Amino acid sequence: MWPELGKYGATVINAYIVTIVATGLLTWLSLRSARKSKETLEKLEARRNG
Amino acid sequence: MSIWEFANPVRFMRFSGKLLPYFSVSAALLIVTGLIWGFFFTPEADQFGSTVKIIYIHVPTAMLAINAWVMMFVASLIWLIRRHHVSALAAKAAAPIGAVMTVVAILTGAIWGQPMWGTYWAWDPRLTSFLVLFIFYLGYMALWTAIEEEDKAADLTSVLAMVGTVFAVLSRYAVNFWNQGLHQGASLSLDKEEHVADVYYLPLLVAIGGFVLLFIALLLLRTRTEIRNRRIRALQAREAR
Amino acid sequence: MSPTLALLARELRLSLRSGGGAGLGLAFFLIVVLLVPFGVGPVPSLLAQIAPGTLWVAALLATLLSLDRLFQADFEDGTLDILTLSPMPLEGLVAIKAFAHWLTTGLPLIVAAPVLALTLNLPDPAFFWLVTSLAAGTPALNFLGAIGASLTVGIRRGGLLLSLLVLPLYIPTLIFGASAVSAAADGADPMPAFLLLAGITLFTLALTPFAAAAALRMHMR
Repeated sequence: MWPELGKYGATVINAYIVTIVATGLLTWLSLRSARKSKETLEKLEARRNG
Repeated sequence: MSIWEFANPVRFMRFSGKLLPYFSVSAALLIVTGLIWGFFFTPEADQFGSTVKIIYIHVPTAMLAINAWVMMFVASLIWLIRRHHVSALAAKAAAPIGAVMTVVAILTGAIWGQPMWGTYWAWDPRLTSFLVLFIFYLGYMALWTAIEEEDKAADLTSVLAMVGTVFAVLSRYAVNFWNQGLHQGASLSLDKEEHVADVYYLPLLVAIGGFVLLFIALLLLRTRTEIRNRRIRALQAREAR
Repeated sequence: MSPTLALLARELRLSLRSGGGAGLGLAFFLIVVLLVPFGVGPVPSLLAQIAPGTLWVAALLATLLSLDRLFQADFEDGTLDILTLSPMPLEGLVAIKAFAHWLTTGLPLIVAAPVLALTLNLPDPAFFWLVTSLAAGTPALNFLGAIGASLTVGIRRGGLLLSLLVLPLYIPTLIFGASAVSAAADGADPMPAFLLLAGITLFTLALTPFAAAAALRMHMR
């Protein structure tokens, strides 16, 4: 199953790790700030209406 | 029904909220498919060995790095002409995505360059212009955070996006002159797309589609956050009064 | 006295009096160029090779140093508001201010550059092109700087941000300016690089006043 990467194995793996970590981090941070702003806004709206 | 309907933040929030799950799921599906297909089921290339597999992450991220800036340019132009707040906020939301994509494209290129060219970094025109692009992203984001008034920040960053676009393009071709002018016959060409065989081309297309969908999903998500944050500030200002 | 000349005279008077900072850029230019041999070693052939680039980069940094004062003082004390109300278009005002800034910061660099080039062992045929390329290229540095200065004018501690915004804009000018000088130093034809440099400068002079004026209007809205 695992492909034969030959002498360049580390190179390929490193490139994939960098990409996955960077895009994953970006997605995680985006999701986190989205969640935070949504909660804050809901709290504010509730206080305003209630 | 025209596209400008979405300039209304309420309508944008409703519509983007509905679209977001579809884009997120399809982005994840295509990226996973494209990368697994590319990583596990494509052969080595004669010249590059297994490093050819880096193409499936390098090319999509590099394309997005440039096109995110183009999108910011268009969105800034729309803000300057028609003053739709959603447009300005979308440009703001796109900048970090573009910056990350630029970094990933540079890093994967450098990792690939070490065994292939014998160096992590060469002052090749393409590499150099990506570095320049990254600095433009940094300046753009720094200007957004430096100005407190939101509309003024949107105005000024839009001007920067206009000027930056002109000079990013200018630098791209100026760098060409400089490298050939000083180092004759440097032949580190990155034009891989032109002679890519079908075995690599199909998974590459899937990966590109996946990254484009990821960009759209992140863009929608971040724009929604920006709209909410602006609403939060408005409400807090009203409470403080 | 026409409004244009009056404004130009005012700008020059202000920058030449103490606190204007006109001499500071020149001193900075001097120090940067003199530091380079300490960094790379006193080998004449090496210095000759890096002289064109060093002089151009130093000129660029020296221009950058004084940019934050271009609109800041006038913005803070309200002069800019008054000037905006005058019949002169804001674009013209920006152009005059940037030109005056070039006269007080760019011109001294051009005069000082050949002297400093001696210390870097610049080859003889390149001296003429050093002066010519600086004369053709430094106006672009000041005018591009006007964009950065107008974008960051109201911002506290905007100096670093200004550098971040302006430096990438300088890349084409730097490339063609330094290429012209090194071509002359290598005995090649400096004309292609010089013509492109002049083209960039003319392009910049024509367009930057509009961008900078637009940014200033946004600040004063």
